Amino acid sequence: MGRVVVLGVGLTKVGEHWNKSIRDLFVEAALRAVEDAGIELSDIEAVIVGNMSSGYLQGQEHLGALMSTWLGLRGVATAKVESACASGGVAFHQAFLAVASGIYDCVLVGGVEKMTDAVTEDVISALIMADDQEYVASTGITFAGLNALVYREYMRKYGVKQEEIAYFAVHDHKYARDNPYAQYPFEVSLEQVLASPLVADPIRLLESSPISDGAAAVVLCSLEKAKSIKSEGLIEVVGSAVATDILSPHEREDLTTLYATHVAAERAYKMAKVEPKDINVVEVHDAYTVLGPIHLEDLGFVKKGDGAKFVVEGNIEKDGKLPTNTFGGLKARGHPVGATGIYQIVEVVWQLRGEAGKNQVSDAEIGLAQSVGGVGSSVAVNIFRRLR
Amino acid sequence: MKPFRSVYIVGYGGYVPVYRVKSEEIARIWGKDPKLTPIKEKSVIALDEDVVTMSVEAAKYALRRAQIDPQKIGAIFTGTESKPYAVKPTSTIVAEAIGATPKLIAVDMEFACRAGTTGLQCVMGLVVSGMIDYGMAIGADTSQGRPGDELEYTTGCGAAAFILGRDTQNSVAEIEASSSFVTDTPDFWRREGEFYPQHAHRFTGKPAYFRHIVEASKLLMEELGLKPSDYKYVVFHQPNIKFPLRVAKMLGFRDEQVKPGLLSPIIGNAYAGSSLLGLVAVLDVAEPGDRIFLASFGSGAGSDAFSIKVTEGIRDKRLLAPLLKTLIDYKKYIDYALYVKHRKKIRLK
Amino acid sequence: MIPSVPRVWREIRYRYRLIGCKCTDCGAVYFPPRPLCIKCGSRKMKELKLSEDGVLINYTIIHYASREFKYQTPFIVGVVKLREGVKVLAQIVDVDLSEIKEGIEVEAVFRKLREQGEQGIIEYGLKFRPKIKPK
Repeated sequence: MGRVVVLGVGLTKVGEHWNKSIRDLFVEAALRAVEDAGIELSDIEAVIVGNMSSGYLQGQEHLGALMSTWLGLRGVATAKVESACASGGVAFHQAFLAVASGIYDCVLVGGVEKMTDAVTEDVISALIMADDQEYVASTGITFAGLNALVYREYMRKYGVKQEEIAYFAVHDHKYARDNPYAQYPFEVSLEQVLASPLVADPIRLLESSPISDGAAAVVLCSLEKAKSIKSEGLIEVVGSAVATDILSPHEREDLTTLYATHVAAERAYKMAKVEPKDINVVEVHDAYTVLGPIHLEDLGFVKKGDGAKFVVEGNIEKDGKLPTNTFGGLKARGHPVGATGIYQIVEVVWQLRGEAGKNQVSDAEIGLAQSVGGVGSSVAVNIFRRLR
Repeated sequence: MKPFRSVYIVGYGGYVPVYRVKSEEIARIWGKDPKLTPIKEKSVIALDEDVVTMSVEAAKYALRRAQIDPQKIGAIFTGTESKPYAVKPTSTIVAEAIGATPKLIAVDMEFACRAGTTGLQCVMGLVVSGMIDYGMAIGADTSQGRPGDELEYTTGCGAAAFILGRDTQNSVAEIEASSSFVTDTPDFWRREGEFYPQHAHRFTGKPAYFRHIVEASKLLMEELGLKPSDYKYVVFHQPNIKFPLRVAKMLGFRDEQVKPGLLSPIIGNAYAGSSLLGLVAVLDVAEPGDRIFLASFGSGAGSDAFSIKVTEGIRDKRLLAPLLKTLIDYKKYIDYALYVKHRKKIRLK
Repeated sequence: MIPSVPRVWREIRYRYRLIGCKCTDCGAVYFPPRPLCIKCGSRKMKELKLSEDGVLINYTIIHYASREFKYQTPFIVGVVKLREGVKVLAQIVDVDLSEIKEGIEVEAVFRKLREQGEQGIIEYGLKFRPKIKPK
């Protein structure tokens, strides 16, 4: 297996891009990544597009060929990768495999989601397609509702209070403030979060990731080729894994732990030859506040049930034990579903390169990004290491 | 119309939705005296209920009491005037939901509030003839009344289902005979595509309700050589409280015979389910040997009368499903605003 | 969702009658039925009519719903553990939002799940409500 590095990254601001189409967003992010990589577009041999809902929201499929066309790349290998909200992280894994296999030297992997083309009630329909249409969506439950079941069970099982869990949103907003690409670059108070309307009891609006547009892209390259292009700022992909769980969470034994995270993390740690204690910076997929603590636990950073306390006590601040979601997370950076996994990777890369601006974690060497589809039905864990 | 061999009710079930709106609440909306309303309160469906769902619930209770393999049910007739599909049968959905498909006769019937009892007569014929072993008749309605109309106080929702068979051992009651009396009398109707029915006000009384019930009832008692005092209970179609009590008196029945089966004060008029729900209430309290007189009325117009004799099985079988009183007692009051939402009287789409 | 008749029609049997399956090798029970057991990998699955009563073990109240369900809000969706031990996701109806709690006994009721618009077909299936007992 060949060694794979991130050569360039690029993204668009997350937000409501009324005047930009799904392809405008993708091309913008892709061109920035190519420029950042210091290569020519023609160096790209394959394009992988992570996206969840273009078929439903835009009536547009075949994003691989569409984006290649708009990038002027005739003849490249291409595919759309869909794994619900984990589409970005899983697309990255596929791109990693493509380069690691030795078949390709240079692959562009991007994620894109254009959610504001539809009204909220149709976005709700699109998102619940992450679970079973015939026996889950047909109950009327929403994606927030499925996570509400997790939330209620987590509070009951571990005796954790909502104010401790909801604090994750406060944390995210604090770090989005200095992220120029964030959808909501401002702070919110815990009182505001807890006073916001209920979306799916007990989940409140300000505990939920928003409806977002955005695209992010990464150029992956074999180490040999990368070295011929630049010597500084190379970030190696040292671990990459995807794992799945029983699709519908209510069928599992325990709602409060995501088995797929355990499995994907274990594989990725093993491949990277690292342990949780070696990780310097983390991006977790906190689509709803309660997932923040659960992910930190399932990734092996803290004991089950102690995740929320770990957060409230300051351990995930940029100068804490485990700096986490240092660009605002899904809640405040935003959650353009199929692009989110790539946003997280770009953010980890910036931290490892020392390009994180005001949110820079000092001397970060190893970073981890976790991307989750459905309620932990698909999980991608990717681990990165700065090359010296 | 006396069957040439015995036919029995082997299972029965009634269903009433949990929501109620009080008549005084309806009176409040229209500025009427809350003490002068025709009934106390009426049943209202939930947002996710209709004639199909109520029919299935009643059918499932009936099946629990019948204790037979649903595959042995050879016919399902659902009488209703408020089915959710103008074209597409309710009875096939019921059959599928209780596991009776595919070898059976299934059809919906419409004759205003009378279609349920007419279905019962059809099932009697099929069972007695030996064409089928068991058959089910259902009467169900989510009755419609135009806002502001007198009917709005009384239009209730409910369903009743009966399974008939030939086996004495497995029975709760024998249907001794039936009669029908029909004429072309347009006292109440709903034109195709119209949402609310129309009625001819006081014309619905004497020439319609009273004439047809009295004639059908007399026919039956004459044929059997029985008189009102031979019956422990009597159930008539119940569009309100007044009409069934008055027609009982006209025929020589006493109030005490009517009251155990008189549900209109507390659930309203469930149209095709109305008299059949009354019969369910009576079966819930009757003892072996009791005779029950039943007469429906459907506008347009006609009445079916039945003479029913309770058998030994009633004691054990009534306990196999919730008694109708238990279902009626589990109720939740809603105000007029929620009632309007539940009955889709505001444009939501 | 794109309205579809066959998609709904082919599930009728399972949705109306709560028919699941049981693994004849390890005994695991599933709803809806499936061809392979995720616990032991066996392909020997047998249809099983599930009991229509159980206990509510978790729930949420949906306040913002998709187009097909928005007029029903707020409504409850819960996880019901049936007698066979299998967990089913379903709406919990005929109960006030303030009365709902884990641990209550529930029974299946046949209800409208959703409508394919004003002109399309009506999808029916089972929901659950608190078990009604004599007062």
